[in-house]
Amino acid sequence: MKISKYLSIVLAVLALGVTGVSSAGTLDDVKERGHLQCGINTGLTGFAFTDDAGNWQGFDVALCQAVAAAVFGDASAVKYTNLTGKTRFEALKAGEVDMLSRNTTWTYSRDVDLKLTFLGVNYYDGQGFIVPASLGVSSATELEGASVCIQTGTTTELNLADFFRSNNMNYEPVPIETNEEARNSYLAGRCDVYTTDRSGLAATRASLDDPENHVVLPEIISKEPLGPLVRHGDDEWGDIVRWALNVLIIAEEKGITKDNVRAMAAETQKDAELNRMFGTEGEYGAMLGLSADWVVNVLAAVGNYGEIFEQYLGVNTDIGLARGVNALWTDGGLIYAPPYR
Amino acid sequence: MAEQNQQDYVPGTHASLPPPISQVGIAGWMRKNLFSSPSNVILTIVAVYFLYKVIPPILNWAIFDAVFSDVDHRNECREIAAGACWAVVRARFDQFLYGFYPDYLRWRVNLTFVLMFVALIPLLYDQVPKRKYLLWFSLIYPFLAFFMLWGGLGLEPVESAKFGGFLLTVLIGMTGIVVSLPLGIALSLGRHSSMPVVKMLSVWYIEFFRGVPLITLLFVASTLLNYFMPPGTYFDLLLRVIIMVILFSAAYIAEVIRGGLAAIPKGQFEAADALGLTYGKSMRLIILPQALKISIPGIVNTFIGLYKDTTLVVVVGLLDPLGISRATLADSSWQGLSTELYIFIAVGFFISCFAMSRYSLYLERKLDTGHRDK
Repeated sequence: MKISKYLSIVLAVLALGVTGVSSAGTLDDVKERGHLQCGINTGLTGFAFTDDAGNWQGFDVALCQAVAAAVFGDASAVKYTNLTGKTRFEALKAGEVDMLSRNTTWTYSRDVDLKLTFLGVNYYDGQGFIVPASLGVSSATELEGASVCIQTGTTTELNLADFFRSNNMNYEPVPIETNEEARNSYLAGRCDVYTTDRSGLAATRASLDDPENHVVLPEIISKEPLGPLVRHGDDEWGDIVRWALNVLIIAEEKGITKDNVRAMAAETQKDAELNRMFGTEGEYGAMLGLSADWVVNVLAAVGNYGEIFEQYLGVNTDIGLARGVNALWTDGGLIYAPPYR
Repeated sequence: MAEQNQQDYVPGTHASLPPPISQVGIAGWMRKNLFSSPSNVILTIVAVYFLYKVIPPILNWAIFDAVFSDVDHRNECREIAAGACWAVVRARFDQFLYGFYPDYLRWRVNLTFVLMFVALIPLLYDQVPKRKYLLWFSLIYPFLAFFMLWGGLGLEPVESAKFGGFLLTVLIGMTGIVVSLPLGIALSLGRHSSMPVVKMLSVWYIEFFRGVPLITLLFVASTLLNYFMPPGTYFDLLLRVIIMVILFSAAYIAEVIRGGLAAIPKGQFEAADALGLTYGKSMRLIILPQALKISIPGIVNTFIGLYKDTTLVVVVGLLDPLGISRATLADSSWQGLSTELYIFIAVGFFISCFAMSRYSLYLERKLDTGHRDK
């Protein structure tokens, strides 16, 4: 009797603890802490990696820096938590990180069932296949009976199963953990095919000694919209991350770059949207609980969307990805942001 | 035949003849060890052919065709030579040692590392001069190390997220080893105890932690524990992981020592009781010295296993050497050089583990009382 009473009190306290995690305003927490806690990958070419000096860099990391610049005016006010495919959502939900910028595919069940809020798409990816040219395969529909290297715990695993089932083909999965491991398994011939997002395939192919002997097959078997996310119910904070991403896109559209943003902000522009973004017209920063010039801080710190893309993924990098569907909507791509008004 | 049997010297005065040339020297050794029977001849030839096929390419790759110079892109390596690109290890060496520890504070890590040996030596060797005083230092060393590594009290604080590479391995491994040994001894004595509650709790503890994989415990440490804590409190992930590693390995140590306890004849316990020794004294003076001596190989085995198991922390996102290598390989400048990095990490682990295993052999020889068959 006594024990059960004691137990119920303990459980009640625990329950309070569980529900209490996301109740406080994240923006206030972040400001009080003095830095942003951002969840990133443990290492994904172009998206999150360390440079020789030991700093985190990459396409996903730049978004963390953009949010830090929005909140603090300082892109370095961010601490990174490296998360694996298995720990990422738990870490976010437990409040260990304020946001996740970790090449995470926006799916129905993650959005609805896991109770996470996706804030937009910073990279439209799709799953593809790479095969050795010597295999003589020109289409993914010819892969009957192939052994396939596949990263576990990701949407690619499920897409692969769907694709082969719908084409009435069999395959032999070779489960692996990281892109690097997959690369080695693929090169060692432990699998005939390696499948992952096409950005990853491009990076892997670029790092091979003989890229001309490997073919990325034309099929794209899935939609992989990658984007940042926060906890459900964390709406004010979610707005900040969403608009930090949006202003990067708008800036590219309007031709604002890392180098010219300070000069442009210093004088009144004819385009009223620019004035609203630069904080010289209206009280737009205050609506988010940020400073009036937060957009200027973001752009001066990381540059616009196109600059970030070119720096980490673009054709002049080792990865050499063309913009493709990730071009601005004005250039026939899918990258589109609502107006800043 | 008759000639050979002819004796032309006085019996007992003949000088010793050297053994036949085929029985000594290199020829004799080879004959005895490599070509003693037809099957051995075949095995030898196959093995030599195999080594001939394997060793030269490895040496070519690792040394003669390798790039040691200071370049900063894998393509530059490929332009120089086709072998290993050790430049990646060179470029990331500091990261592999210290992780992201601020470079102007790395002297603190170095000093802590050197002092670790000062603290360990009096524990490991009993012939050290002034051992009594040095042991006091060993006692305060853990607190000193904590203060030196994390800072505070005037030293610039460094947060755990900056820890990485071999610093993390040694930190988790050493803390696990040092703390789990006394904990394991206590647990094994608890399991051996005649007090039912103590015994039951020890058995539960040991069986629980031995029944759960370390990876599960690490996931619990990294994700689940936060749900149980009051909102807003943040309990350092590294500390959580270290605690889990300690709890885990203590259960194994307890079982290893229980094996030692079980090997001690009942007469030893009875003799200790007959002498009128208290429980503490009989354990300290009679039982444990024998039990621990028997358990040395098992204990060191567990320690080496624990030390290598620290690489599992990569699954919860801590950047031990394997984590650092993952982040390094994601840099498109160094993509694809995993073999070089894995070899480097393997060498790092081999040095520490080999040292531990040699020390255990030394200890066994030193404590050998001649009771067992050699």
